[in-house]
Amino acid sequence: MPKAFFIDTTRCTACRGCQVACKEWHNLPAVQTRQTGTHQNPPDLNPFNYKLVRFSEHLIDGVIRWYFFPDQCRHCFQPPCLFTAEDYVPGAIVQDEDTGAVLYTDLTRHLSAEEFEEVRHACPYDIPRRDSGTGLVSKCDMCIDRVKNDKLPMCVNTCAMGAMHFGEYDDIRALAEKRLEVVRGEFPNASLANPDDVAVVYLLADEPERLHQHAVAQAPAPMTRKQLLARLARPLNKASRA
Amino acid sequence: MTNHWTDIENANAILIMGSNAAEHHPISFKWVLKAKEKGAVVMHVDPKFSRTSARSDFHVPLRSGTDIAFLGGMVKYILDNDKFFHDYVVQYTNAACIVGEKFSFSNGLFAGFDKKTRRYDRSLWAFERDENGLPRRDTSLKHKRCVLNLMRAHYGRYTLDRVSSTTGVSRENLMRVYEAFAATGAPDKAGTMMYALGWTQHTVGVQNIRLAAIIQLLLGNIGVAGGGINALRGEPNVQGSTDHALLYHILPGYLPMVQAKWPTLADYNKANTPVSNDPQSANWWQNRPKYMASLLKSWFGDNATEQNEFCYGLLPRLDEHGDYSLMYLFDRMYKGQISGGFVFGTNPAQSAPNTHKTRRALSNLDWLVVGELHHTETSDFWRGPGMNPSDIGTEVFLLPSAQRGEKEGSITNSGRWLMWHYMAQQPIGESRSLGAMVVDIMNAVRKLYRQEPGAFPEQLLMHDWPQAFDPDRIAKRNNGWFTRDVEIGGVAYKKGQQIPGFGNLQTDGSTACSSWLQCGSYLDSGNLAKRRDLSQTPMQANIGLFPNFAWAWPMNRRVLYNRASVDANGRPWNPAKPVISWEDGKWVGDVPDGGWPPMASGKGKLPFIMAADGYGQLYGPGRLDGPLPEHYEPAETPLARNPFSGQLSNPCMKRMISDADPLAKPADKRYPIVLTTYCLTEHWCGGGETRNTPVLLEAEPQQYVEMSPELAKEKGIANGDVVVVESARGRVEAVAMVTVRMRPLPVEGRIIHEIGMPFCFGWTTPKCGDAVNRLTPAVGDPNTTIPEYKVSLVNIRKADKVTEL
Repeated sequence: MPKAFFIDTTRCTACRGCQVACKEWHNLPAVQTRQTGTHQNPPDLNPFNYKLVRFSEHLIDGVIRWYFFPDQCRHCFQPPCLFTAEDYVPGAIVQDEDTGAVLYTDLTRHLSAEEFEEVRHACPYDIPRRDSGTGLVSKCDMCIDRVKNDKLPMCVNTCAMGAMHFGEYDDIRALAEKRLEVVRGEFPNASLANPDDVAVVYLLADEPERLHQHAVAQAPAPMTRKQLLARLARPLNKASRA
Repeated sequence: MTNHWTDIENANAILIMGSNAAEHHPISFKWVLKAKEKGAVVMHVDPKFSRTSARSDFHVPLRSGTDIAFLGGMVKYILDNDKFFHDYVVQYTNAACIVGEKFSFSNGLFAGFDKKTRRYDRSLWAFERDENGLPRRDTSLKHKRCVLNLMRAHYGRYTLDRVSSTTGVSRENLMRVYEAFAATGAPDKAGTMMYALGWTQHTVGVQNIRLAAIIQLLLGNIGVAGGGINALRGEPNVQGSTDHALLYHILPGYLPMVQAKWPTLADYNKANTPVSNDPQSANWWQNRPKYMASLLKSWFGDNATEQNEFCYGLLPRLDEHGDYSLMYLFDRMYKGQISGGFVFGTNPAQSAPNTHKTRRALSNLDWLVVGELHHTETSDFWRGPGMNPSDIGTEVFLLPSAQRGEKEGSITNSGRWLMWHYMAQQPIGESRSLGAMVVDIMNAVRKLYRQEPGAFPEQLLMHDWPQAFDPDRIAKRNNGWFTRDVEIGGVAYKKGQQIPGFGNLQTDGSTACSSWLQCGSYLDSGNLAKRRDLSQTPMQANIGLFPNFAWAWPMNRRVLYNRASVDANGRPWNPAKPVISWEDGKWVGDVPDGGWPPMASGKGKLPFIMAADGYGQLYGPGRLDGPLPEHYEPAETPLARNPFSGQLSNPCMKRMISDADPLAKPADKRYPIVLTTYCLTEHWCGGGETRNTPVLLEAEPQQYVEMSPELAKEKGIANGDVVVVESARGRVEAVAMVTVRMRPLPVEGRIIHEIGMPFCFGWTTPKCGDAVNRLTPAVGDPNTTIPEYKVSLVNIRKADKVTEL
């Protein structure tokens, strides 16, 4: 039975408790940031920020809308990143059978920069990031250490607004559907983001692109000739490393 | 708070004004969202569209410093449209009381103003009283000088057009708020107001809150579930610190500070103990002498006797009208009248207004002791920007403080709950708790006084001073104990026994209690602040009241003035959400505000027990700057004239006068933009602690200034540019955050731009910027002297060269 998150952007106040708690639990170092004219900081996901609250503001028909999107790995049921990496470094990315968590292992360091780019490109939500120093590729690990010990993921544990939930997929899905019905009055454009495909179900307060470019799955761009050739050459790569 | 955090859930309408609740009191919003889910309308009125606005039903931008105009318009709407709760207003407030003939209001001034002293003779505002001293009342509300009719006249001037033109709020937005909030005047509806420093930090700060309380009384929203006037405090234990008299003007438990004009305890008691001959008025402060005697007995122990007035004569005394608050302190320091001092838990070189002056003032000290977790702009002022350490003679001692997880003690949240917290680990290195520092320093001073002769040693040596700091012992002492075997009301108490409640406190020295408000919190059975029991009756569960979780002052009462939530027969105005109810000859629900039976029994008491007359004070003759709130422009205003009167700013406001305290002229062309300042979620207050927390600094790394795209265009500024913000007192560099969340405001026929900046960034954190308070003026409210951080006049331009970021 897969585990799942429900992230309700209509309840998020962007306090960033999740963003900070995630760093604290994973003992990730602070990154150097600058104020560039937005509250969103760090500006993007990076090897040391698995969770990032994205801010986007709009003036729509004279009404200000400010949306918050706590971005993280969706733990896809059929994870394209895993399938892509598997061709290069078996075991670099694995899926935990009990929880469905998609986990990046130490073997990800054996993915070359180009291969990582392909993994990242495969992700419909643009999540994986690579530490250019160590070569490790990282992202949200569902707090698998906590979950295996019957504790909530740190972001969910921290959220005081009821914006984050965690549990069995079926329960979470039902909760999300129910909540969607409740908020439709206030948020007529609300929807669930790819709820059939992922273990992290977002309730989006408005049109997806108003919250984040990758709020819903983006179909990967058609492969370039170079990528196509690289793909054909894969078994060879694999063999050479073994 | 009259109510408490979890009670917000009960509201039908929530007006968040003067507060950015979601950002500054994040947990409060959990309860706001719960209320919203149940259908409450959530409104945010604030100059800036913030994370609070994002989760509210709607946001209304207004010009900083015009809250009284906004709320005055709401009073007019409520009165004109008969939206007030008649029975409540007539029975429980002073609406029917008749004001004396000497009262007047003309062109912005109330009767009795002395231009020379800038003070009012408040005796001219008094009620007419009968032969027994009771206020004369006209419950038909027809008398032209009854409070309600004076209010009709006063707020009749707050027309929609004038309010709109002053505040910059459209008529539609005004009506949207007025209608939604005034709907809670129905007996079965409740509205709550959540405010914070956005209302207090003004030269009219006290009157902002007075007017909010007036609206809540008119609508019958005080004492009920989901109602109240709710100051969001608590984060840095503001509630606990005021309860324990951190400020100079009070003693613990809100007893007035001693003044030179009251040389004896008898004089003090006479001046501070109100009298009422109304059998229906509890006149709670008639008990003040008991609280004062018990406080002195607690402080001076066996040395305090009835014969020596419990050592009253050893207390320091204030001069009449003497002001010893933050701004005056630094003004005197700047003028060389103070030679040394202790600074604990605050960072005035960052967070006091007109910081340049504050920092220069510190350099006039011979010595300075700072207790802090980290080096701050205060501890390190001598090496700050523009300072030459070799020119500064101040000797600075930095005492390393324990962090909150390294000590135990109580914190009092905004809902008046005392909650015990435990030490997670021993303080690292040589750091110690503030309590330990103070106790040990004073023991060393006492030792010196014993060894060597000094001036007035009794003041120090007569204290019942502990050998070592023990938070548990202090908590016990706050509750208080009997100092000898006594019998009170037929019950015998032994010497040393904990006092069960403040009803037992005495004037004869048989009780020692250092905070009457906390009496009842630490019994012989233990410290009730440690309770975490969620049990409750179904009636309590219905309104989210948890009487066995922690302990609330006074006497574990969770909703203040809860006797106003019931009618004369003790039946709840709103039967769906009763706070208390008179059933089978007793009160059930919350702890009632006094145990007397309902009013209809003839033995009841009026619900506003802290007011001498027992009535909720729509008309408040006690404030220094007027019995009814009136709109005045801020000390620095973009307007040349006040749209409401010929009196531009608060006639009684406090203003520092020195060569370092220039103010912009009204409508000063050099400084056409309004600046407001605030804190933010990621940093705590002045940032002294959180700027040293890397993951928080990562999220909010540098000083910024939020401005509208329209202003940015006018000034040729692009998002992310470094800009210089200048006031009459200083300049600050900041990164421009150009955002639609700031709106240009149409005011008095032109557009006024407002910008906003946080005050948490200071130079001790490299490249994060420096104090925004270098811009703000040292002016303050006449009642509290709180500085007007929320409004000043500035100009802004793109920076030629960047030095601070």
